[in-house]
Amino acid sequence: MQSLKQQWFGNVRGDILSGIVVALALIPEAIAFSIIAGVDPMVGLYASFTMAVTIAFAGGRPGMISAATGAMALVMVPLVRDYGLQYLFAAAILTGLIQILFGVFKIAKLMKFIPNAVMIGFVNSLAILIFMAQVPHFIGISTMTYVFVGITLLLVYTLPRFIKVIPAPLIAIILLTFIAIFGGVELRTIGDLGSITQTLPSFLIPNVPFNFETLQIIFPFSLSLAIVGLVESLLTSQIVDDMTGTESNKNREARGQGIANIVTGFFGGMAGCAMIGQSVINVKSGGRGRLSTLVAGLFLIFLIIVLGDLVVKIPMPVLVGIMIMVSIGTFDWSSFKYLVKAPRTDVIVMLTTVVIVVWTHDLSKGVIAGVILSAIFFVVKISTVKIKQEGNQFIVYGQLFFASTESFIDYFKKVEITNNQIQLDFSNSRIWDDSGVGALLKVEDLLREKGIQVEVIELDASSKKVISKLQGMSSSH
Amino acid sequence: MYKQILLAADGSENAVRATKEAIKIASFHKDSIIDVVYVVDFEKTKVEVLHSSSSEALNLERRKKLSKIEHLLRESNISYKVIILHGTPGLEIVKYANEQQVDLVVIGSRGLNSLQEMVLGSVSHKVMKRVNCPALIVK
Repeated sequence: MQSLKQQWFGNVRGDILSGIVVALALIPEAIAFSIIAGVDPMVGLYASFTMAVTIAFAGGRPGMISAATGAMALVMVPLVRDYGLQYLFAAAILTGLIQILFGVFKIAKLMKFIPNAVMIGFVNSLAILIFMAQVPHFIGISTMTYVFVGITLLLVYTLPRFIKVIPAPLIAIILLTFIAIFGGVELRTIGDLGSITQTLPSFLIPNVPFNFETLQIIFPFSLSLAIVGLVESLLTSQIVDDMTGTESNKNREARGQGIANIVTGFFGGMAGCAMIGQSVINVKSGGRGRLSTLVAGLFLIFLIIVLGDLVVKIPMPVLVGIMIMVSIGTFDWSSFKYLVKAPRTDVIVMLTTVVIVVWTHDLSKGVIAGVILSAIFFVVKISTVKIKQEGNQFIVYGQLFFASTESFIDYFKKVEITNNQIQLDFSNSRIWDDSGVGALLKVEDLLREKGIQVEVIELDASSKKVISKLQGMSSSH
Repeated sequence: MYKQILLAADGSENAVRATKEAIKIASFHKDSIIDVVYVVDFEKTKVEVLHSSSSEALNLERRKKLSKIEHLLRESNISYKVIILHGTPGLEIVKYANEQQVDLVVIGSRGLNSLQEMVLGSVSHKVMKRVNCPALIVK
């Protein structure tokens, strides 16, 4: 891993430029995710500022961008609706505390155990939910709304072919806001859904009663947010690792996410996490170091303070068009091939994750269900022993241990053997524990009663060790 | 003579054909070395990471794409090294070629149809235009 100085100043020019590009791309998303969460755009913008700035120092993956995200916004919807903004800030702080604990106890490492079927389900359901959240903002409002959504989509997909330096969504926003204002087009604007304050965020202590009841309200949300935040952050860090061909510190990242969420809660922001899309934009634009993340956060808040008046004039359909693009970009389109090619159990895990998330609007529930389901599939798979008969040879396939002994013994209870001497071939199997040894002895006894001699062949060294250890134990009694 | 030869490699058949040509040139001189450059495309990273169980598995997957090329090179006793870069394929190949001042670039043409070529632009064409050394495009 690089030195801290390298992480900060190893790529100054590239980091400053890419930070600016990311700040521009972040603004519409931060606003849109605030609208999804049901809060003022400022909550998402402040969060993006404090998350990015804090993570630049505290994160474990240089060059990764953290801010207000859709995955987190979706989790908080019921909390904001039922209890209000102050509880949201308190929840962000508790989320941070939980994430720090995850980092300290190295739970971040456990994320390795999340199968990729669950990860694919995660991004797909996230994409579906971001898309669904846009629907009320463009279906059945006015013809002009459809037209503007359509033009926005057309622009964001065609412009990058000709203009590479300036992000296409930004050009679409400026151009279409201009047309809407001067063309006198009747459209809803961001200003209709909330306000922009052109000031820096200030320190606050969430105005909630500090008692057990409050904890009871926010804890389930904070736990979900902590899990969702870490899952997306660790997936993003893997992607950035791969794009840059470097490694990163996953536990430091978990701790950093926690610190950033605590800071964010105290400065009036919503909990956030790393963003796949923005981090990819950052790396593609030449960002590699911590400086890029810092510049993204600083430039974002600078733009809001300077241009806040104009931001509220952005028409909603333009924002909706950009968010549709974001959801299309988030969706894993190779999933359709995956449905056909992947093992059926993986496909079931992936679809279950998607269905549960879309149903509950909570990505953490989908992840947990997906992990449990794939663990069950794994146990079922590993606890089946198959036996193939070839003449007087019986070849054992699979692991012989406490969960699989039953199918092993059952086979020899039922099978018809005409020879009075057979071979048990263990070249494709392994005996793991005393249950496995017991099962083998039982089968030998069983067959001896029928007058059949059993010879065990091709046992590997570790299975022999287990057997001799246990037999040695019994003989010493 | 061509001492340092850059061979642009992906998993395709064209790259294998390019390898055979590179071998012919390299075998003229015993000091020739082939740099097999494979560029991990930024555009594909997300999908590849999502669909692999670990970074080690992903690396293996990528090395497998080069196995046929490496096999050919070993068979003909040519000294070579494998370089894995990250970025946009055309750009990274050009950057590497110019920075390392290689003597020759060998690259397979993907054989796109004219419409695709108009929209996507061909990597081999871009590389040929921008490298400072001779380039051999293999059909």
